Amino acid sequence: MVTLGDYLIVSGILFAIGFAGVMVRRNLIVILMSLELMLNAANLSLVAFSRFHVQPSGLPDYNAQVFVFFIITVAAAEVAVGLAILVALYRARQTTDVKDITSLKF
Amino acid sequence: MSPLLFWPFALLMLMFGVAVVINRNPVASALSLVVSFLGLAALFMSLDAYFIGIIQVLVYAGAVMVLFLFIIMLLDLRAEEGRQVNWLALIGGIAVALALLAQILYVIHNLKSAHQAFPPLARSTFDDVRNVGLLLFGSYNLPFQIIGVLVLVATIGVVLLSRREPR
Repeated sequence: MVTLGDYLIVSGILFAIGFAGVMVRRNLIVILMSLELMLNAANLSLVAFSRFHVQPSGLPDYNAQVFVFFIITVAAAEVAVGLAILVALYRARQTTDVKDITSLKF
Repeated sequence: MSPLLFWPFALLMLMFGVAVVINRNPVASALSLVVSFLGLAALFMSLDAYFIGIIQVLVYAGAVMVLFLFIIMLLDLRAEEGRQVNWLALIGGIAVALALLAQILYVIHNLKSAHQAFPPLARSTFDDVRNVGLLLFGSYNLPFQIIGVLVLVATIGVVLLSRREPR
C-alpha cells in the first residue's frame, strides 16, 4: 500500500536532486532546469496532501490544487524572464557559465 | 494508487531528474527534464488530480521545454568539454544537498500521518476541472487576477529584455 510518506519521500528526493543541481552545475540553463525540478517537488507534496485531506463531501481538498495551479503559472513566467535575462547576458558576455560572471565578486 | 503504478513512475521521474543534473550536454538535460515531468504528471494522476496532471503535460512538457530547447538552439550551446572539475565545490554541493535530504526524511519520518494510507474518495474526481474552476473563480478570484497581471508584466519584461539596445 502506498502511503502519504512515500509520496513525500519521493518529493523530498526530487527537491534534493534539484538543489544539488543548483549547487553543483555551472551552466545557467541547467541551473534554471534544476530550479524547475525543485518547484515541481513542492507541487508533488501539495497534491499528495490535497489527496490525503479528504473533505466531508468525499472530494480531495482542492485548495492545494489551486495553489499548484498558481505555482505552475508563476514558474512559467519565471522561466520566460530567466531565459530572457540569459539571452541578454549571452549577448553582453558570450557565456552562460556562472564562473565567468564575477563583476559583483569582492 | 497501486504500488505497481506508483514505484515505476516515481523511479522514472527520479532517474531522469538525476540525468538532468549529470548530463554535460544541455540538450540531453532538457530532454531528460521532459521525461521527468511526464513521470510527475503520471504521479499527479495517480493522486486523482487529473486537471493538474494535464496542465503539467501542457505547460511543462509542452511550453516550458520548447522555450528551453529554443534558447539552447538560439545560443548554440555545446556540451561543456573537459573543463577542470572543482572537486571541492562538487563534494561540498552534494554534501549540502544530502544534509538537506536527511533533514527532509527525518521530518517525514516523524510525521504521524505519513504512515497512513490515503483515505478512499467518496466520489469520482473526473470532473475536477469544474471543482478547481469553481474555487479559482470564486474564493481565489483576486489572486487569479493578480496572476494575470503578473503574466502580463512578465511578457512585457521579456520583450524589453530581449530587445536590442537602440543606438
